[in-house]
This record gives sequence, structure tokens and C-alpha cells, in this order.
Amino acid sequence: MIEGRKILGSIGLGILTIFVIVAVFAPYIAPHDPHQMYRPMEHPSSSHLLGTNDIGNDILSEIVYGTRVSLFIAFVVSVISMLVGTSLGLVAGYFDKVGFLIMRVVDVVLTIPRLPLIIVIASFIRPSIWNLIALFLIFGWTMPARIIRSEVLTLRRRYYIDATKMIGGSDFYILWRHILPNVIPLVVVQFIMEAIHVILAESGLCFLGLGDPVAMSWGMVFHYAFECPIIYVSDVWMWWMLPPGLCIVFTVLGLTFVGYALEETFNPKLKNPFGGMER
Amino acid sequence: MTLLRISDLKTQFPTPDGIVRAVDTIDLSIGERETLGLIGETGCGKTVLGLTLMRLLQSSTKTEGTIIYKGTNLLKISEAEMRRIRGEEIAMILQNPTTSLNPVMRVGGQIAEAIRLHQGLSKRDAKEKAIEMLDAVRIPSPSIRVNEYPHEFSGGMKQRVMIAMGLACNPSLIIADEPTKGLDVTIKSQIMKLLKEVTEERAMLIITHDLGVARELCDRIALMYAGELVEYATTGEIFEDPLHPYTRGFLGSLPSNGLVPIPGMSPSLINLPDGCRFHPRCGHATELCRRKHPDMIEIEDGHFVRCFHA
Repeated sequence: MIEGRKILGSIGLGILTIFVIVAVFAPYIAPHDPHQMYRPMEHPSSSHLLGTNDIGNDILSEIVYGTRVSLFIAFVVSVISMLVGTSLGLVAGYFDKVGFLIMRVVDVVLTIPRLPLIIVIASFIRPSIWNLIALFLIFGWTMPARIIRSEVLTLRRRYYIDATKMIGGSDFYILWRHILPNVIPLVVVQFIMEAIHVILAESGLCFLGLGDPVAMSWGMVFHYAFECPIIYVSDVWMWWMLPPGLCIVFTVLGLTFVGYALEETFNPKLKNPFGGMER
Repeated sequence: MTLLRISDLKTQFPTPDGIVRAVDTIDLSIGERETLGLIGETGCGKTVLGLTLMRLLQSSTKTEGTIIYKGTNLLKISEAEMRRIRGEEIAMILQNPTTSLNPVMRVGGQIAEAIRLHQGLSKRDAKEKAIEMLDAVRIPSPSIRVNEYPHEFSGGMKQRVMIAMGLACNPSLIIADEPTKGLDVTIKSQIMKLLKEVTEERAMLIITHDLGVARELCDRIALMYAGELVEYATTGEIFEDPLHPYTRGFLGSLPSNGLVPIPGMSPSLINLPDGCRFHPRCGHATELCRRKHPDMIEIEDGHFVRCFHA
């Protein structure tokens, strides 16, 4: 079982590495300029490996550049969410009064159904990736804040926190040096969860036509393919709709595998076949 | 020279069931390089007294009285000044060495942090100092051990690390809370030996319920019962001429003295009995003990006891 987790983790890491390389080196990997127009609706050939779309863009190049947009949004949202969520979670867990206020805000935000509201807001604001990022951020910080806080609540009563106070450590020193390192594993797992969520939600919004038409993400490729009636009557879907869909699936799978493997590293209880007790 | 003088110290915790009088009107003093043992049953307020001295109880706690340390009242100074005192002037060695070290931090880092917090040394110098400290508490190959994590240390070694942390800034007073708790006999005697060396250079308050430890290390012993002191004398007098029935009971409950337990239970600190707090468990209790609360009286020079019949 442990070996299984390791193998899955390596597979996941491999998948993610490939996508990250594609995103970073998109201009070198893409065979064509994605905005360049060729003959529309061409079937796959040696010059257009995945054919061209209804306005003549090379689909493979679109997907390669789309990796950039999709991963960029997921990365930026996850990083900022974790920074904000972790800081607020630390403060909320350590200082009772401030914590109470922060948690009530979290409660309110968490009761709002996330995806429907994002859809509603997205349909009113100008579609751009920065607006999408801002939209995801409204919700992204809440779960990490709550989870980190609950962990800090138990960590702050550990004896080594008292021991640090005994030698004259201030509250912020304790949070930074002693509590933060203990919650990092949780933050990493939350980061992965958030990235998965954002990739799926962003694709969903794009699919519904609420994405940024200028920044062609995987979801947008999918969206334009879906809007073109020909896909229902011919084989075009095989090279136009399927590849971006598979990209989304594999990215999410890769993230899930890595998360699954990390869970075991971070939760030593899973390592001990006898259930494991903390000594 | 008196290093620390506690007078009329009271620590109370308000709870929904009433006020817990954990420390009730305590007067104590510790001289420079003196080792004082604070002895009592579980729950009599020993640890609370230690934490009160460090001012590390939760904010709802009520503390009255004065704690004069080197001429300053510790209950009156600001939190920032108190932080400077903690570690640099007064250090506390906590019970439970196993859980008092941060599992995700290298042992050296945890010793070094006291030094860095107070002396502002560079990382490398602090690490050098940490190695020195590990060596001082007799940890073999300290330059390798300094980079290890707490789980790589045994219980006795963790206790040594705790002592090293306490000593790191060379404080004048060390409060050791149950320094030998949970250690086996051989390790215990090693730790005692180490503590004995430590006490030669500085004052120490040892909180324990282990009379053997107290006898070995302390110059004077204070017995605490239900939040107040009941007897206070030199170690020799406590063991040879105990005056309070509780002290006698405590000594009688030692395995070497026949393992005779004191009957009854120590009272709840919310609902203290009227009169002498020990009277429900005392074989010599009279009507007077039931009605009147005895004061601490000086029977001989420096031998205080809280009993009408001593």
C-alpha cells in the first residue's frame, strides 16, 4: 500500500512536470502561432497534428498555449489563497478574539454556494483572467484559514510552545518559528486541493462561455469546439474536443496522485500497519 | 542575599463552579545559589506557583501579592520586560520533556533560540553555543547530536536538552518542574547529578513530589497543601524533625518508611474545608482545628509550621 502510494505519487509528479514544462516553454513546443490562421477545419496531418479549428487556428498550438493560461490561473489563485488563508488561520487560531471575528467571516463566505455564485458574478463582470483570479480568491482563502486555525488551536497548547514562552519568545516569534512549520504539511495539501478546484472551476466557467476570450485556456478550446455544430456529425471532436478535455483530466489526476502520496508522508499514522499511536 | 521574595501571593482561577484558589497567600524567599524544594501532592498548586512566577498563566487568572526579583516586582512590569526576564534571568524547565520539544525543529535550533532571543548572536555562534550546552549536559558527540530531531533522543536525553535550554542564557534562577518525572532509576540519578552541578552556580526552585529528589538537591524545603504552605524548614529539619502532621504523613508514605498512605483525598481548591485545611485527614485534629484556620508560626529559627499542635 505504501509502495502503491509512492508509485502513484511519482506518476502524478511526472504528469505535472510535463504540463509545467509545456506551459513554461510553450513558444518552443507549439508548432505554430496559435493566432495564425490556416485553412479551417483541416483534419490531422503532419503539419497540423491535431488539425485546425473553424477559424483555422492550429489546435495543438492552442492547447499548448492553453496550458499556460490554465496552470497560471490555478497557480496564482492557490498561492495567494494559501498565503492569505494561512496567515489568517495562524492569527485566528492563536488569538481568540481576532480569531472569533475572522471565523465568523469565514462561516459567512463558506455558506455561500461557491460555483453558482462564481457563475452569476462571472456573467456580470468583464471576462478577463484577472477578474477570474479575483473571483476565485474571494472563496479560496476560507478553507485553508479554517483548517489551519483548527490545527493551531491544538498546537498552541503543546508543551513546547510553553517551553518557548519560558525562554522569552514573543507570540509572533512562536507563530513563525514553532507553529508555522507544524502546519506546512496541511498548507501543501490545501494548495493541491485548491489547484484542483480552480482548474475544474475555470474550465467549467469557460465551457459556459464566461471565460476570457483572449486568453485561450483549455476550457476555452473546449468551449469553442462545443459551439461548432460540426462536432456532432463528424469525427472532428476526436482531435478538437477530446485533447483539451484529457489535459484537464490528467492535470487533476496528477495533482490528486501527488496529494495522495503526500498525505501519507505527512500523516505518519498511515505508515504504521497497527494504526500507529503518537509517542 | 535574597534573590527572590514572594509575599502574600495569591493566584485564583475564576471558573463557572467557583473560584479555584490554586495558590493562597504564599510567602517564600530564595537566596542566591540556594535550592528550594516545593513539595506537595498532585493538584496542590505547585506548578501554578511556578507559572505565576513566570507570569505565564492565561489572562483570566487573578494574581495578587508581590514577587520581588532582584528588587523589581515581577507582577508590575510590562510584558516586554517580562519576556526579557524569561530565559535570561529566570528559566523554567518544564515537566514532560518528550512533549516539550518541537518535533519539527532540530534540537540545536531549539537550544540556540534562547541564546538568539536574548543575546542576538549570529546563527553560527548560537549553534556553537548550543553544542557547548549539549556538551555541558553530558550529551555524547554533541556536534552531531545538535543537528538531530527530538525523536532521535531518548527520554533522559530530552530531559538533558530541556535543562540545556534552561541553562542556555545562564539565568540566575531556574524553576524545575518535576525534573525527574517519568525517568527510570538510572537516568534519574544521572539527571540528579546534573542538576546538582547546576545548583552549585545558581538558585533553583525544584517543584516535585519526590522526597528523594528534594532530599538530595535542596537546601530548604517548603511543603504545600491545598494551595498554601504548611511547613517550611531546612532539608535536615524536615526529614529529622517534621512538625506538621501532613509532613509526617508525607514522610510516612515513602516506601522506605513503610508506605503508609495519608487517609482521605486532598480537598478541592474550590471548596476548601473550614479551619485547618488538613483537618479532615489529620489524626490529631481537635475542635480548634475544625473552627480556626492556623497561621504560619516560627517554632524554631527558620522552621515555620502551620499547625496549632506543633
